[in-house]
Order: sequence, then C-alpha cells, then structure tokens
Amino acid sequence: MSAPALPDLAGHFGRYGGRFVPEALVRALDELDAAYRAAKVDPVFQERFTGLLRDYAGTPSLLYRAERFSAAIGAEVLLKREDLNHTGAHKVRNVLGQALLAKQMGKPRVIAETGAGQHGVASATAAALLDLECVVYMGETDTERQALNVARMRMLGATVVPVTNGSRTLKDALNEALRDWVSSVDTTHYLLGTAAGPHPFPEIVRDFVGGIGIEARAQCLDKLGRLPDAVAACVGGGSNAIGIFHAFVPDEDVRLYGFEAGGDGVQTGRHAASITGGSAGVLHGARTYVLQDEDGQTVESHSISAGLDYPGVGPEHAWLHDTGRARYEPVTDAEAMAAFQLLCRTEGIIPAIESAHALAGAQRIVPALTEELGRTPTIVINLSGRGDKDVHTAGAYFGILDEVETIVPGENS
Amino acid sequence: MSIADTFGKAEAEGRAVLVGCMPAGFPSVDESIASMVAMAESGCDVIEVELPYSDPVMDGPVIQKASDIALAGGVRTRDTLRIIEAVANAGATVVLMTYWNPVERYGVDAFARDLAAAGATGMITPDLIPDEAGEWIAAADRYAIDRTFLVSPSSTDERLAMTVAQCRGFVYATALMGVTGARTAVSSQAPELVARIRAVDPEMPVGVGLGVGTGAQAAEVAAFADGVIVGSALIRCVLDAPDRGTGLDRLRALSAELAEGVRVSKTS
Repeated sequence: MSAPALPDLAGHFGRYGGRFVPEALVRALDELDAAYRAAKVDPVFQERFTGLLRDYAGTPSLLYRAERFSAAIGAEVLLKREDLNHTGAHKVRNVLGQALLAKQMGKPRVIAETGAGQHGVASATAAALLDLECVVYMGETDTERQALNVARMRMLGATVVPVTNGSRTLKDALNEALRDWVSSVDTTHYLLGTAAGPHPFPEIVRDFVGGIGIEARAQCLDKLGRLPDAVAACVGGGSNAIGIFHAFVPDEDVRLYGFEAGGDGVQTGRHAASITGGSAGVLHGARTYVLQDEDGQTVESHSISAGLDYPGVGPEHAWLHDTGRARYEPVTDAEAMAAFQLLCRTEGIIPAIESAHALAGAQRIVPALTEELGRTPTIVINLSGRGDKDVHTAGAYFGILDEVETIVPGENS
Repeated sequence: MSIADTFGKAEAEGRAVLVGCMPAGFPSVDESIASMVAMAESGCDVIEVELPYSDPVMDGPVIQKASDIALAGGVRTRDTLRIIEAVANAGATVVLMTYWNPVERYGVDAFARDLAAAGATGMITPDLIPDEAGEWIAAADRYAIDRTFLVSPSSTDERLAMTVAQCRGFVYATALMGVTGARTAVSSQAPELVARIRAVDPEMPVGVGLGVGTGAQAAEVAAFADGVIVGSALIRCVLDAPDRGTGLDRLRALSAELAEGVRVSKTS
C-alpha cells in the first residue's frame, strides 16, 4: 500500500487545508516550509530531535495493557501512555520539533497560543531548554481559570500576555498570536500548538507528533503479534489524534475513531464538536470544519475540557472524515467524566479530561465492534495527557473539593 | 464611479485618492450609513465598507472593537449589503473589505452577484491570497467586481508580480509589517514597496494602508502612492465621541483634513 501523499505541495487535503492568511505571512510560511523540508532529510536535525525525545521527553511512551479497565468495558485496551512524557502530554513532541526548527531558522523568539495552558507550558519548556525568548498569548478568561499554569510558564521564563478581546479564550489567543506574527516574522517563529492553521503547520505538527502512532504500531506488533482492531483518540484541534492515526491510515483493517468534545450534547449547541456539529469553512488560516453561524461568524465552543474547547479542527481530520477513513463522534462532558472516574478507580491513572473523551468513546464502540468482529476487540487508546492540571475541574465536577477544604488545618476553627 | 475612473480623475487633478474605511453596522446599521455618507461628503473618494467578522486577524484594536460592537448589535451579512446599497445610492464609490469565511458561507457566486447588485465596485480580501482565490477570481470576473489583494513589504518579487497581475482596480500595499491602526509615523518601508509594485506594473494604481491617520501623513503617502487608505483614525472619531453628533463632526473634520492632505502637490 502506498504511503499517504497528503497534503499536496500547497498544503491541501482534498478541499481542506491550504493558506487563508494575510500576504504578510506567506514568506514566513514559505521559509518554514523550506526549513522543514531540509530538516526532514538532515541527519543532524533528526538525531537532535530523536535524541531530545528519547533523553529529555522520555519517549517512546509505554503501551500499557490496562487489564482492570479492559474488564470494565469489555475490550482489550492498550493505553498509549503519552501522559508519562515530560510536561505530561503528547505536546512535548511538537514543541521540541518546532523549537529546534526555530533554532535552525535563526529565529531567537517564539510565540505560542494556549487555552488551558498546556501548550504554553510545553512551549515555555522547550524555549527554556533551547534558549529562546518565549511569549505566550492566553485568553484573559483562561489566565484566571488556569492561574497555576500561568505561574508555571513564568517560572520557565516565558512572558504570558492575557488577551482581552473577543471571547477572551483560545480562539482569541490564536488571533492575537497571528497579529504578533504579522508584525514580527523576521525574528519570530510561531510555535502553533496543534495540527491546524495554515500550511505547512498541519503537516509539520502531524509529523512531529507522528511518533505516537509509529511507536504504538510497532508496540502492538511486538506485544500482540498483530495490529489492533481500533485506535481511539480525542479531537480538539486534533494533534494527538493525527499523531496516533497517521501511521495506521494505510492499515485499512484498523478502525480510526476520533472523539470530539460534545459538551452538554451537540443538540444543545453548547459543544466543541467541529466535525459532527459544525460545517466546512475557513478559520485561522485553513479550510476545515468550524463552528459557525449562518453568516460564517465563528461560534463559541463549550467543553469541560479546556484543551478541546476550540471551534475548529485540523484540516487532515476534515479530510479523513469526508473520505470515511476515520470516524468522528461527540462525547459529552458527562460521558467523559464518567470514564475519567473509571480509569482513576480501575487503573490508578488520573487522565487528562481531554483523554477521558477517548476513553469514553472507546467504551461506547465496544458492543458494536464486538458484534462485528465476533470476539473481544482490541483497542489502542491514546492517553494523550495526565490529569494533574484537571484536579480542580474534576474535583468541582464530582463535588469532592469541599471535603478536601474542610480538613485544611485552621479552616474550621 | 468605477475604481478606475476614480483613480483616473484624481490623477488628472494631480492628487491621490482618499479611501476611508468604516465597519458596517458600527455602532448600528443606520449610524454606519450616516458615518459613511458624511465621510463621502467630506472628501473620501472611496468608502471602504468593512464586513464585521468575529476573527479579524489583520486588524488592530480599534477595528476589532468596532467590529465587536457591530456584531454584538446583531449586524448580518445582508445588512452589510444593504448598507453598501444605501451608501452607493448616496453617490459614493464603494468597495467592500471582508475576511473570506463570510463570503464562502454566503456562497461565492451569490455573494459576488449580490455585492454587484448592491452597487459595490470592488472587494478587498485581507486573508485571501490569489493562490486560494480561484473561485473568487472567476466570480468577480463574472459580475465585474474589481478585486484587490494585499501585498506586503515581505512579499517576494515573484509573489508581488503574481498578486498584482490578479488585481483589478487597485492593489493594496500594506505599508508595514503589522495590523491596522494609526501610527505616529508613516512606515519607511512603504515608498520602497510602492516602487517595487510600479516596477512590476506601472499602470496598476497603488493604495497604501496601515498606520495613516492625519492630514500630514496622508500628504506624505500621497507623494508616492495613488491612494491613501485610512481606517482606524476615522473609526476612532466615532468610537471615542461622547455622542453621535460629535462623532459625525469629528468624522467630517478628519475626512476634510485627510482630503486636503492627499491634495498637497505631488513630489514625483
């Protein structure tokens, strides 16, 4: 089977992707594209990248057979433990790759957008490691919700800029990062946090996180002697999902499932499911599925998971959806939180709420898959991040924060 | 008047064209019509109507704020078309500035048709480059709408030539690497960019935008460009005014000042 040849040279995945950006950015995107093509075949760059992934980030991440969770959902579940990476998520792969590229291009400054702060922390980490100036744009609403991550970024030496326009969340942080970049392209690399945005970002980010799927595929062959029946991942912008899907795309017997943030339920309008609840449009530099109104104005997204709370999705997912190669389904906040708790209690692993969407989605597909296969299905789930950052959200959701607070010494006196 | 005639007339008069920008529906549909008519009456040769968009990445804080106010007021794409019609009927030459997604959502052919029917003569697309504009170029040709793409100081010679070749009416030269908004000084990159465009196509009128907000700056730009594009400084007249009457007065005064600026005799 031939390797997927997408995107094309102009960054299109079928009708999706491309470049919908001000002309001022085209030269920087072309330079980035050229630097990336050179780095791809540069053994020194590749050794540096794989060396950092191995010795600094702690990859390959484990593929762990989760027996108690498996028994609970009636499938053989293998968790791709990206939560064990340095900084606690798959994102470290992307930031290390892009920060190295920034160095390669001689750009001393990186900027990044962040929602919950995970990509901001990862960017600040890579910038500290590689001695780059780092500015992180974060919606003001998010800086308030995620004060600890703001502190982390500052500890790592980054400047955090609260964005006060629009809805003051991730999408506005992204707009502000693009505006900074229009003004600073000569000295600055935009360290985009997901496999979205204008070409060549969707391709670059996919390739930098593509080790997830390459590792998982080899680990399956090693552990099971065969490929899994299905691979499941959560989808916000879609980087962890494309990272684990990509190596499996040519394996047609491996079903690919992307689980979007269904929020209160897609039918309520309060969700972040761009593919299952949105429509084709242009946002942040690419044609893809977006949440928009009748006039093409972006609609605000809603999810309990800040990392999935984005009204667009990477263009390759739009294409995988249209071609039917991958299936996308929404998972509600409630379903995700039930799976979150199930993993905590059965495996002693606190997952990121993002990743809990993949756990819940996998749980949902088990009966149909079992019937179709006539046996217990084997499912690889991308445990894309750890849940430490979500303790407050989850604690509030489950109503267990008050109990914790009441035992703080002095509080009851 | 067509864009070509507007630039031709100004050239005959030995001056530059003044393009004034205002978001549709800011702060309301009727008030934005009144603002635009006042601008036209006070010396703006072309009214650039900006379609308010939720994610305007090329725009600085002033246009963002005005767009947010317009959207919060419930302005729709069809209102923008209605505003264009009213301003064109009042005798102004009107072009639309719009981010791409609202056009794609409306339907590219239908949008071009309705835009032409409303009386707009051209359309500026800040986030649509010719590389992705096949459908738009065909539709604009079909309905005889002048299409203006942006060129930037960072554009390579090759891209500059390709982009100018796809423009009709005029090309929009962004004076600096940045977003919209008045600056204290005119960018030093602007004259060089205009010269590079002239080298590619001596006939294509060049409008220069980004960072122009005073009569003196307009005069400075008019010395080397065919058109001077002013947005944020005009919008601020309305945004910062204590009441509507004051806003209109300030808008008229600034338009007149800018119009005088573009009439300071050309040095080249």
